[in-house]
Amino acid sequence: MAEKMELKEVEVWDGNYAASQALRQAQVDVVAAYPITPSTPIVENYGSYVANGYIDGEFVMVESEHAAMSGCVGAAAAGGRVATATSSQGFALMVEVLYQASGMRLPIVMTVVNRALASPLNVRGDHSDMYLGRDSGWIQIDAFNAQEAYDLTLCAFKIGEDMRVRLPVMVHQDGFLTSHTAQNVHVLQDDEAYKFVGDYKTHDEMLDFTKPVTYGAQTEEDWHFEHKAKQHKALIESREVVEEVFAEFKKLTGREYKRVESYMMDDAEVAIVALGTTVETARVAAAQLREEGIKAGVVAPRCFRPFPFDDIRDVLENTKAIAVLDRSAPMGAMGALFNEVSAALYTTPNRPLVTNFIYGLGGRDFSVEEAKRIFKEQKAHADAGYITTPIQQFSGVRGPKLGFFETKRGN
Amino acid sequence: MSRGVLATEKRGIRELGAEEFVGWDEVQQGVVLPSFDSTLKENVSHIRPEERDYSDFNSYTATVASWRVIKPVYNRDICIDCQNCWVWCPDTSIISRDKQMIGIDYDHCKGCGVCVEVCPTNPKSLLMFGEAEDSEEALAKWPEKKKKEKK
Repeated sequence: MAEKMELKEVEVWDGNYAASQALRQAQVDVVAAYPITPSTPIVENYGSYVANGYIDGEFVMVESEHAAMSGCVGAAAAGGRVATATSSQGFALMVEVLYQASGMRLPIVMTVVNRALASPLNVRGDHSDMYLGRDSGWIQIDAFNAQEAYDLTLCAFKIGEDMRVRLPVMVHQDGFLTSHTAQNVHVLQDDEAYKFVGDYKTHDEMLDFTKPVTYGAQTEEDWHFEHKAKQHKALIESREVVEEVFAEFKKLTGREYKRVESYMMDDAEVAIVALGTTVETARVAAAQLREEGIKAGVVAPRCFRPFPFDDIRDVLENTKAIAVLDRSAPMGAMGALFNEVSAALYTTPNRPLVTNFIYGLGGRDFSVEEAKRIFKEQKAHADAGYITTPIQQFSGVRGPKLGFFETKRGN
Repeated sequence: MSRGVLATEKRGIRELGAEEFVGWDEVQQGVVLPSFDSTLKENVSHIRPEERDYSDFNSYTATVASWRVIKPVYNRDICIDCQNCWVWCPDTSIISRDKQMIGIDYDHCKGCGVCVEVCPTNPKSLLMFGEAEDSEEALAKWPEKKKKEKK
């Protein structure tokens, strides 16, 4: 039996430590990992828990991230609770196997500490890796601070392992800003946390010799489409289970999570939609602007996948102007979050004005002042009744102002 | 077409790709395919293939015979039961029982000729013949033992 760890009610943990503690408390059977900055401490801490007898499972050291995710796929198909962690280039190397994991419906949990993608090489936080995984068939949950990284990692096991879901889950946090910032974290004791996550329930496990199964079958044009359709439906419908797990977590801890987090949105006229730590920055800005009489609010998809097409539309449809912030280089298109929020809002009667900001690439700081400036620009759009700037703008980049495309709805 | 030894009611009964099509709501979750229709009560390696309850997902029930253009013919009179062909066959189409070679599974043999290549006897105990050729006729014209060339 694994040793229990005595924890204080409130611990001072950074996002990495919080995530590694959640993995420990879930008593994962197999962690196959290849450490990479800034998520290295998750794997490092986990290794020390194993070495010190706090975990009964296996820690498998592998030769690359491709091998790490492959090891996870094998262990999950065999019938174990499986987790890993990665960032950036490591995430990119895993991509092929991410699709394998979701296609085989294996509920692996991966804590992803978001980091920019080279070239040029960069270890700081942006959302390029999170966006790279957005079509991979994984549930993607975003934590904005260390507390959330802990809470949502525990929730991730319960969501992915639910028999109605059986899909892998990523829990994202921002590189350094969350992963290396120590904060107060309210924690559950080991028994409480494990009871919440529950024992692992197997499904079609390869080590059941009474029912031998094949994983990784080939399907061509006559079968592939049906399997992908079924998988997409499972991901879309996991929304319900996400909500159930969040409700159960609230009952246990008092901490409430929603598929779409909203702040001061009841009467908001202008809004910022963002992911990660920027959400907290934007909330500070919105609160300050409220004192100046600007009805500002903040919306954040807690679930990046399945995309909350329904809830995001409900919370935003009565605003006048919205800035959608993408922390990933869109490379020849509008930002992905902008596209998806816009598509959701296109089916509302009011169709608010939506603009796109590319910001914070490679860990470039995003300040409260800049958030306030963006809110004020939205206010100007709202007052004019049309978008008065380019639809896509770059925020915080040096050099001449950079923006693309004008609205056709102006006067 | 000969189906070879120990063919059962289920072996090679369908062409690959000729399965009954079902919609997305009926396909196997995660494309995880069970090999048998019933739950096994003992280690499957202790049950002979012809006695196993193979499911339609298992390639045992599929045939690839229509792809084959040349086939190996087996000559019991020469075979020394060395099991070399059984070891090397990439499609487990050499059927052997109690270390004794008994013949070929023509539902799954693809006609690659590896068994002939690795057969150590003189003459060989397995030789490739045209798919349409009658096996009895093939055995009738089996070559004689080759003499060692003197140096």
